[in-house]
Formats: sequence, structure tokens, C-alpha cells
Amino acid sequence: MLDAIGSGLYGLVAGFTNLHWSNPIMIVVGCVLLYLGIKKDFEPLLLVPIGFGAILVNIPLTGLMEEEGFLRIIYDAGIATELFPLLIFVGIGAMTDFGPLLENPKIFLLGAAGQFGIFLTLILALALGFSKLDSVAIGIIGACDGPTAIYVTSKYAPHLLGAVSVAAYSYMSLVPVIQPPIMRLLTSKEERKINMGVVRKSASKTTKILFPLVVTVVGGLIAPRGLPLLGTIMLGNLMKECGVVSRLTKAAENEIPNIVTLLLGISIGATMDGRVFLKPETLIVLALGFLAICLDTACGVLFGKVLKVLTGGKVNPLIGAAGISAYPMSARVVQREGQKYNPKNYLLMHAMGANTGGQVGSVMAAAVMLSVLKGMGII
Amino acid sequence: MDNWTFGLTMIVVGMGGTLLTLWILSLLMTILKKVFPYKKEEGKEV
Repeated sequence: MLDAIGSGLYGLVAGFTNLHWSNPIMIVVGCVLLYLGIKKDFEPLLLVPIGFGAILVNIPLTGLMEEEGFLRIIYDAGIATELFPLLIFVGIGAMTDFGPLLENPKIFLLGAAGQFGIFLTLILALALGFSKLDSVAIGIIGACDGPTAIYVTSKYAPHLLGAVSVAAYSYMSLVPVIQPPIMRLLTSKEERKINMGVVRKSASKTTKILFPLVVTVVGGLIAPRGLPLLGTIMLGNLMKECGVVSRLTKAAENEIPNIVTLLLGISIGATMDGRVFLKPETLIVLALGFLAICLDTACGVLFGKVLKVLTGGKVNPLIGAAGISAYPMSARVVQREGQKYNPKNYLLMHAMGANTGGQVGSVMAAAVMLSVLKGMGII
Repeated sequence: MDNWTFGLTMIVVGMGGTLLTLWILSLLMTILKKVFPYKKEEGKEV
């Protein structure tokens, strides 16, 4: 009888006795993510489920990430299969207006320049001793594009998924803090004052409908390994622009991303088990991710300066900072910085063009990267 | 393949490929805009 009572009582304290030193730390990390999401409004749609998932998975003996655990089932169904990031991409495509980019297609190049940081960080990660595929996953944080980072990392470096995802989404929400000092450092006051004029509507409906088709076919032929990323974002955009599937477009803009974001967030949080997450490698990944976004911004602004020279001073280099994929935050930062130095300056639509170019650019960079890896026989 | 060769290949082919692809896309978009120009009536319809 006493033995039975003792065993029963042990069942009630087993959670405490099996607590690893890293679990309480990760529960605090989960609470910090919740705080950032709830109180500071940093990407709350993702940081809240990620933070809660991190708390859940760090309570011992729950079996949530074991074979029959509900978090494992969600993870296997949506992250291991790469389905969740792709479904999110359909939503992003349906929510993005590529109009400002189509008004001035040259701005596409800013979207390419904004991806330089990915490749520079990849080299740095290699120099620090990470494996080739780990370095690719770390570099991709610089895409400033959560779903792309998750897609690449879950496929080629799943053990880094928690760190890479948290870095990608946290830094994306910190764009308004990270970018302005770099923009000011690399441009003169005169450059920041450049007025680019008004964006006139010049893209027809036919062009807007053909845009996702052309990007899918051309991009897919050049970088077939990245077609799932490119194809889903362009499918969403085609549905939006063709205007004949409004029910599907609404679902792609609301219900699908809402449900998937919840499941994606909680299952990413579930990868943050303290025993796996708390190691020096994670801190290095976070630091390299930060560096990647800084380098992207710097390269975008520097390329903006090149465009300024090539166009005889018509391009404000600040819009180069919007060549990353953090849409539309980055464009808003550019608008705010531009107006600080010239209150009559309306850079928003130009920056939106660069920003949507950055979205395509980040997906294209990942697609090209995967195809090059395939070409070299590494994947 | 050693890490340096891999890294440099990724920079040259990866970044070069990204720039080239986006440049091609920008050219195609410019052509599309010329082939299907915007008409003022479209704005009125909306």
C-alpha cells in the first residue's frame, strides 16, 4: 500500500526530478519570446506560438515530441514535409502587390543586391567551421524571409531549425531598429534628400497577370530546385491579379495562412528543447543571422548608390535598403528616413517596388542556391 | 570539395545567378509593359 502511494507520489514529482538544467532556461526564453510578441508587438503572430511551443517542449516527460506526441505529428506533417512554408507562400503571394515593382522593373536589381549578405554570411559560417549545408541554412537568415529560411533549413539542416527560425523572425521585426543606422552611415545628407518623383501607374492588368507566369516559368527553368518556393508565391499572386477566384484569394490571404502560421509557430517552438538548443552553436547562428541582415542592408544601399550614378542622380540610394524581403516594414523605414531629410520626399512607392523585388529576390536566391548545390552534387 | 572552393563557387554562381535571373526578369517585364501597355480606361474600370 505504502509502495503504491510512494509510486503515485513519484508520478506527481517526476516532472521536477527529470528537469534538465537547460529546461528552466528555455522556459524563460519562451517567456521572453511571448513578451516580445505580446508587449513589444514583434511579429506576434509567430513569436507567440513559437514561445508557447518552446515552453511546452521544455516540460519533461510530456512526450509531445515523441512518436505519437501531438507536436511531433504537426512537425512531421508540415515542417518535415516543407508543406507549411509553402502554404504560407501562397498567402504571401496573394497579399503582395507587385504593382510598384512593375512600374519600374529596373528596381528588381535592388532586390538582387539585397541578397548579397546571404552569400557573404555563408562564407563566414564556413570559416567558423560549420558544415556546408549548415552554412547555407545560416546564410539564408539574410533572406529576411521566414518561410524561405524554414524551407531551406528544415530540408538541409533540421537541427538548426529553432535557431534559424527565431533569428529570421526576430530580426525581421527588428528591421526598423537595424536598418536606419546602416542607411545613415552609407549615404550623405544630399543623397538622402533626392526626390524620386511620383510613381505613375503604367502596368496593365494583362502585365500583372502575366508577371507571375513569366517569373514561374523563367525562374523555374533557371533554378528548378527552388520552384516550390517560387511557384507557390506566384500562384497566390496570380489568384489575386486575375480577379476571378476571389474565394480562393480570400482563403489564401486569411484562413490558410492563419491556420498554418499557428501550426508552423508551435512546431518551430517544439524544436527548441533546451538539451538541443542551448549550445554555443546557437549563439553563433543568431550572431551570424544578425550580420547577414546588416550586410544585406549595406549591399542594397551601396547598389542604390551605383544606380544613382548610372541614372544621373535620379535614384535615392536609401531605397536600396528595401531590397530585402521584410515587406512592407523595410519600405516604411525608407519612407521615414527619406522624409526626415526632405519632408517633401515620398519614397514609399519606390521603396515598395524594391521591397517586392526583394521578396522575389530572396526566393530566387534560395532557389538558385539549391540548384547550385544540386549541380555540385552536395544535395 | 574544400570549404573555400565551395564558398567562392556559391558567391560567384549563386549571387551571379540571382543577379542574372532578376536582370532577365526585369527585361521581360519591360518588354511585357511595352507589348501590353497600360490604358487609361483600365483605371476607370477599377
